Amino acid sequence: MVDTHSAHGTAPLQFNGRVWKFGSHIDTDVIIPARYLTTTDPSELARHCMEGIDPEFSRKCAPGDLIIAGPNFGCGSSREHAPIAIRAAGISCVIARNFARIFYRNALNIGLPIVEAPEEAIETAEEGDVVFMDLVKGVLMNLTKGTSYHTMPIPDFMQKLLESGGLIPYVRTRCRTDTQH
Amino acid sequence: MGMTITEKILAGHSGQESVAPGQVIQVRVDLALANDITGPLAIERFYETGATRVFAPEKVVLVADHFTPNKDVESANQCKRVRAFAEEQGLLYFFEGGDAGVEHALLPEQGLIIPGDVIVGADSHTCTYGAFGAFATGVGSTDLAAVMVLGELWLRVPETIRLVFHGRLPPWVEAKDLILCAIRDLGVDGARYCTLEFSGNTIEALGMAGRMTMANMAVEAGAKNGIFEVVPSTEEYSRGRQKREGVCYSSDLDASYRETRHYEVSALTPLVALPYSPDNVKSIYEVTQTPIDQVFIGSCTNGRIEDLRSAASVLKGRRVAQGVRLIVIPATPECYRMALKEGLLELFLDAGAIIGPPTCGPCLGGHLGILADGERAVSTTNRNFPGRMGGALSEVYLTNPAVAAASAILGRIGGPEEVL
Repeated sequence: MVDTHSAHGTAPLQFNGRVWKFGSHIDTDVIIPARYLTTTDPSELARHCMEGIDPEFSRKCAPGDLIIAGPNFGCGSSREHAPIAIRAAGISCVIARNFARIFYRNALNIGLPIVEAPEEAIETAEEGDVVFMDLVKGVLMNLTKGTSYHTMPIPDFMQKLLESGGLIPYVRTRCRTDTQH
Repeated sequence: MGMTITEKILAGHSGQESVAPGQVIQVRVDLALANDITGPLAIERFYETGATRVFAPEKVVLVADHFTPNKDVESANQCKRVRAFAEEQGLLYFFEGGDAGVEHALLPEQGLIIPGDVIVGADSHTCTYGAFGAFATGVGSTDLAAVMVLGELWLRVPETIRLVFHGRLPPWVEAKDLILCAIRDLGVDGARYCTLEFSGNTIEALGMAGRMTMANMAVEAGAKNGIFEVVPSTEEYSRGRQKREGVCYSSDLDASYRETRHYEVSALTPLVALPYSPDNVKSIYEVTQTPIDQVFIGSCTNGRIEDLRSAASVLKGRRVAQGVRLIVIPATPECYRMALKEGLLELFLDAGAIIGPPTCGPCLGGHLGILADGERAVSTTNRNFPGRMGGALSEVYLTNPAVAAASAILGRIGGPEEVL
């Protein structure tokens, strides 16, 4: 369902790519304005990804790129169209100081890798930098700047969720098990 | 160690004697909700799980309220998918057409919100129901799909921040100002992952509409839920509506809080959240020279009959300023009917207002009141992010209904005492 392998790396949940940099409190209205919520089609949503803050974003961003942003990324509405748009735009991983609660759940549920990183790692990263992110080991390397940071390793439960492609495959397994018993 | 209201509800719904903040638990869900935007996605995900039936047809509620009355072919198709699912699953509570209203105003009216319940909605303002002493939180469509299948949700038990309000509200200061005051203080991420528990003698005197306004905006401080103790006004509101008996919890005296903040409200002025963040809050008297193009009175935050009455008390016998569009939307059919009976709709028409059908429409820049680029609106809603109500360069100023009404008359931001 979801390719959690990076374009360049071979291990799961490792990502290597170019950085798009955003500020603090990036809300879901700017990630995907409500006027586009008349569809659930990922490629259509991707065309308008981040339109509320950078109308050119979907044209500029390439598969495997990463987003680095400040605190409270994804605040506001519960629209899952936001992480879907980001993933469908080709973004491999979102690194932020921290995430709004509903966005955090939504991203993991649909299999969009996200991770919290230290303030310095966020502040020093610039647009166009190339970074390497290992979600399992909790290591973020800024290859352009030659710096390395520890990030919060993702909990086992979340790792399983991401590796199985999100919550739906998990529920499917649960349903099957429940029927068997 | 004692527990808070939220901890007691979560313990009861996860089959445990007690729970503590940070603990990850699986909770039983009493009510699951989606709308015409989040519903279609949740329904797709539901089928992807391989499930064929929802866990309980009386516990899954669907409301067509965001892009309704259908604004275009795409939104009509989304509603059609939601309707088909409701029929297929035999859902007891599917609201559309003349039965629909803004979900978070509608469900309490319908008696579906029960104290002590766990309510999960694919809409961030689901936290509104905390006004009734229920644990209610917003999730995305995939989470909601999982709930529709399993009737359960995993949650991390939140820490609780207690907000205590003291004193009598001054004239024209309303519940909206109390929550804006708290969001200013906490910041838009100050309560991330936490519960906001509201108490104090100001809150004791507050009716259900005001409690809903406050719980509604808990998410604007990043909170997981907002919650109030059940009081006589809760019971009075719910009498004759509530579908079944609930459980009324209070926080223990030795419950633990992340922090407690006290607010003295007797010197508070009406407040406004300036673009582009709900925590960018100032006294309205700091921005009275701000000219406006539109005023919107409505939404799950402030579209109830009490809100319309407050606006009407300012608009009565007056006219909206030249060049300003005033849009009034009663949040539900019941509210619409009451406004009609009480003569409020005529009063609004006399003032030059446009009256819309119950819908979320303008609040999220959906339809029925979109702002042009660079236009400025005063709105009784909950968010003022860039482009929230229309053009990317438009601006939204969040206020209470009385201030919104006064601003419509003045053609700029201003207080009711300026026009009365």
